[in-house]
Amino acid sequence: MRFGVVVFPGTWSDRDCGWVIDQVMGHELTYLWHKDTDLKGSDCVILPGGFAYGDYLRTGAIARFAPIMEQVGEFADRGGLVWGICNGFQILCEAGLLPGALIRNASLEFRCEWTNLLVERTDLRYTNRCDERDVLRVPIAHGEGSYFADPATLSRLEQNGQVVFRYCDAGGRVTAASNPNGSLHNIAGIVNARGNVLGMMPHPERCAEAELGGTDGLKLFRSVAEGAMKVLVP
Amino acid sequence: MVARVIVTPKPVVNDPQGLTVKQGLASLGFRDVADVRVGKYIEVNLETTSEHEARRQVEEMCRQLLANHVIEDFRFDLEPERKRR
Repeated sequence: MRFGVVVFPGTWSDRDCGWVIDQVMGHELTYLWHKDTDLKGSDCVILPGGFAYGDYLRTGAIARFAPIMEQVGEFADRGGLVWGICNGFQILCEAGLLPGALIRNASLEFRCEWTNLLVERTDLRYTNRCDERDVLRVPIAHGEGSYFADPATLSRLEQNGQVVFRYCDAGGRVTAASNPNGSLHNIAGIVNARGNVLGMMPHPERCAEAELGGTDGLKLFRSVAEGAMKVLVP
Repeated sequence: MVARVIVTPKPVVNDPQGLTVKQGLASLGFRDVADVRVGKYIEVNLETTSEHEARRQVEEMCRQLLANHVIEDFRFDLEPERKRR
């Protein structure tokens, strides 16, 4: 399994993702510079966290025009695995690969803390190592992570089961108090209808080793890397 | 031509910046403030002198980049380029 991790000017979580891929899991890793025009044989492309192009104008607004993004879009259209984490989720929304948008946190604060995520899909390439209605403990670090979509889009996401992660309390209850940023329906992560493009605000790469306070994030990386055999979608 | 573009959050989008500014104004004693929305102002200088052409281009700029139609509305006006001082 070869992971391609995209690096834009201003990306900051690329090395964290890379560390999990090659040091923790021992899988193949290649970094993809924003000016690259091929994906170097990647089986899964990760758009990591950070502030690509300084997040000028809007988060992800400029990154979507990077040369590498044309390839990422075509790869996604062919069913390739594209995984946006934090800023990567914002970029996928700006690029139209996922619906909706991420806006300023309701609190106006940059929130950097642990959250609990209710896993609502376990049939995906990204989550097949999770148990049904698993609660994962994964940190967030963002100022603009409040998920917004118009009512029609939201109800389509809900009906299609495209909400993969929801902020919840430690017991798996989805409550207003467990929502760190004002996301509609407590949405922390969504997948496209086909199931190959995932966007999530929390950082699984920051909780993939016990030394960092938790290993729940590793479940997602292992799902992608090694869970292929029990995959239902795509 | 100079285009003066104003981008605002759509009415249905929560605007925490606007709410916070509203609270600030209230604490300064501006009790009549009913609502505040915070947006962006963008000035685009175009080489063209044709208002029709400028309007067409700026419309496209807004659709493709300057505003995100999911969360924002835009409007703009055009005026001949101001004389440089």
